[in-house]
Amino acid sequence: MELKTTRADIISTVEFNHTGELLATGDKGGRVVIFQREQESKNQVHRRGEYNVYSTFQSHEPEFDYLKSLEIEEKINKIRWLPQQNAAYFLLSTNDKTVKLWKVSERDKRPEGYNLKDEEGRLRDPATITTLRVPVLRPMDLMVEATPRRVFANAHTYHINSISVNSDYETYMSADDLRINLWNFEITNQSFNIVDIKPANMEELTEVITAAEFHPHHCNTFVYSSSKGTIRLCDMRASALCDRHTKFFEEPEDPSNRSFFSEIISSISDVKFSHSGRYIMTRDYLTVKVWDLNMENRPIETYQVHDYLRSKLCSLYENDCIFDKFECVWNGSDSVIMTGSYNNFFRMFDRNTKRDVTLEASRENSKPRAILKPRKVCVGGKRRKDEISVDSLDFSKKILHTAWHPSENIIAVAATNNLYIFQDKVN
Amino acid sequence: MMLSKGLKRKREEEEEEEPEKEALAVDTWWLDPRLPAVAQAPPAVPSNSLLDLSVLKLHHSLRQSEPDLRHLVLLVNTLRRIQASMEPEATLPSVPSPPEAPGVAADSLLASSDAALSASMASLLEDLSHIEGLSQAPQPLVDEGPPGRPSGGAPPGLGALDLLGPATGCLLDDELKGLFEDIDTSMYDSELWAPASEGLKPGPEDGPGKEEGLELDEAQLDYLLDVLVGTQALERPPGPGR
Repeated sequence: MELKTTRADIISTVEFNHTGELLATGDKGGRVVIFQREQESKNQVHRRGEYNVYSTFQSHEPEFDYLKSLEIEEKINKIRWLPQQNAAYFLLSTNDKTVKLWKVSERDKRPEGYNLKDEEGRLRDPATITTLRVPVLRPMDLMVEATPRRVFANAHTYHINSISVNSDYETYMSADDLRINLWNFEITNQSFNIVDIKPANMEELTEVITAAEFHPHHCNTFVYSSSKGTIRLCDMRASALCDRHTKFFEEPEDPSNRSFFSEIISSISDVKFSHSGRYIMTRDYLTVKVWDLNMENRPIETYQVHDYLRSKLCSLYENDCIFDKFECVWNGSDSVIMTGSYNNFFRMFDRNTKRDVTLEASRENSKPRAILKPRKVCVGGKRRKDEISVDSLDFSKKILHTAWHPSENIIAVAATNNLYIFQDKVN
Repeated sequence: MMLSKGLKRKREEEEEEEPEKEALAVDTWWLDPRLPAVAQAPPAVPSNSLLDLSVLKLHHSLRQSEPDLRHLVLLVNTLRRIQASMEPEATLPSVPSPPEAPGVAADSLLASSDAALSASMASLLEDLSHIEGLSQAPQPLVDEGPPGRPSGGAPPGLGALDLLGPATGCLLDDELKGLFEDIDTSMYDSELWAPASEGLKPGPEDGPGKEEGLELDEAQLDYLLDVLVGTQALERPPGPGR
C-alpha cells in the first residue's frame, strides 16, 4: 500500500505518534502532513486500517536573518510527538533555527442558538430579543485544526539537527552542531544550555554534534553523537553543564579499512535508544551498530547496510553522496532494525535470526496490496536475473527517513517526495 | 518478445565479461600512478586530483550563504589528512625561489598552496566565529538560574569581535576572495612564504598590489621604472646555494 503526497516537496522527516494512530511527515517546504489510521470496522476487515490525510498545515515559513543577510530554510528537520494527555494531539516541529509546539485538535460540534447573534453571525439588535435560550452544540463536519501553541526561537546559532522529548513530559532538548539546549514546554524565552562543544578558538574545531536523544525512561540521561563516530552519554544530575560525559562510546578504527574517507564514513548520522532503554543504535555511512549501554569500547552488533559501496568511496565523495545522512529505527519489540539506502532500497535486520532483507520503495515495482519482493545487489561476476549491479544504482534515490509503528509491523518510508506505508500481510 | 529476450541475453553476456573492469575503473582512477595498483589497499599518497577535488569542495561549501558546519569540518579534516600524507614531498624546497624548472615549479606551487591552504582553513574557521559573534547581538533574555548556563552563551570578547569584523554578512566573501588571491598569486606573492622568503623581499618584480611597494625608496622606484621601460636587464636575486 502506498500513498503519494500531492505536492512535489521532498519529505524531510517521518514520525509515528506513541499509539501509531497518527503519522506525521514534514517536508522541505515547511509543511506538516498528518495521516490518521482508519478505525477498523467489522464490515471491512480486509481494509486493515489505512492511513488517510488527517491534517495539513504550514509549520515554518522561510525567514530572513537581517543581521547575517541569510535566508533561514523552512525545511522541517524533525518532528517529535508528545504523548497524548487529552483529546488534542501535540507535536514539536523544527527547522534549522526555531522549534514550534503545535496543537492538533478536532472540532466536530458547533454551538448554535446564540442570543445576540443570528445564524449567520450578524449581531442582533438587543431590542428585538424577547426570549432567551441556551445555545446547544450540534454536530458538524469534522474539522481538524492545527494551532501553534509555543514558538521556541533565538536559541541556536547553528543548525538544529535533533529534538527529543523527555520522559518527564515537561522538558525537551534541541541540538545543533555545537550546542544542546534544554527547554521547558511552558517557557519560550529561556532555555538551559546543557552541552557546548564550541572551542574557544574556532580554528580548533574538528568535531560537531550530529544527533541527540533522551533516554526513554530516565529523564536525567541523554546521548549525543558526533561527526567523529563517537557517542557520549550524559547524566544531567552529575552537573548542570554536561560537557563531561558519563560514558563515551567509540569503536577503535579498523586499520585494514583506513582511508582518507575514514572519518567521513564514521560520522554518525542518527542515534536512537531502543524502546527498552538498554541499547543505542547508531547509523554511519556504511553500517548500523547496536551498542550496549554497559559496554563502551565497541558495539555488540554491526550490520553492513551497503558494504559494496566501500570500494566506491571516492566517487561518492566526488558527488557528495558520502555526506548523506541516513536515519535508523527500531521496531516496537527492539528485535528488528531498519534503515535506508540508495536506489530507493531500504534494509531490515533481524537481531535474533541475523537475517536481513533489502526491499525497494517504488511504484514501478509494487502495486497496492502486492507483496514486496526482496532485492539483491550484485557486486561482481555474474549478475542474476533479478539482481541489480552496483553501478546501476541510482544515487539520487535515497531513503533517508523511515519510521516504524510503535507496536505493529507497519512501516513508513519516505522516498524523496513520495511516502510509502507498508504493512504485514493479513492472513 | 524475441527481440527483447535477445537484447537481455546480450547485456548479461557483456556484464559477465566486464564487471571486474568496471569495478576497478572506479576504484583506482584516483590512486597515485607511482604506487602499485592494489585495488583494496588505501593509498599511501593521494594524487593531486584528490587534493584539488577537496579544495574545490571546500570553496563550494564556503560559497553557500550559510555553510553546513558538519560538511565543512569533515572536509577540512579530510584535507588535513591528505595534506599530512603529502608533507614529505612538499617540504623539499624550503626556500622556493622563482620557478626555474617545471619540476621545481610544481613542488613549490604545492608547498605554497599547502601553506596557503592551512592558513586559509584556519582563518576560515576563525571567521565562522566572527559570524556567530555578530548573531549573538539580538539574543533575548538569558537564563539566570543556577543550573545550566545562559542559552547561546556569548563569549566575553564579543564586543571586540564585533568591532573587528565588518557589519555585514560578507565576511566569508572577503575571506573567499582572500583564498583565491592566495592560491592564484602564490608563486609571486612573497607574503605567503614569509618565513623563508627573505631572498625574495627586495625582488624588483613584485606586483603593484604589495604593501612593500609603498615603502620603495627612490632608487628602487627608478630601478622599477627602468625595468618597465626595458633599459635594464632583469636581475634575479641570488637564491640559496648559488
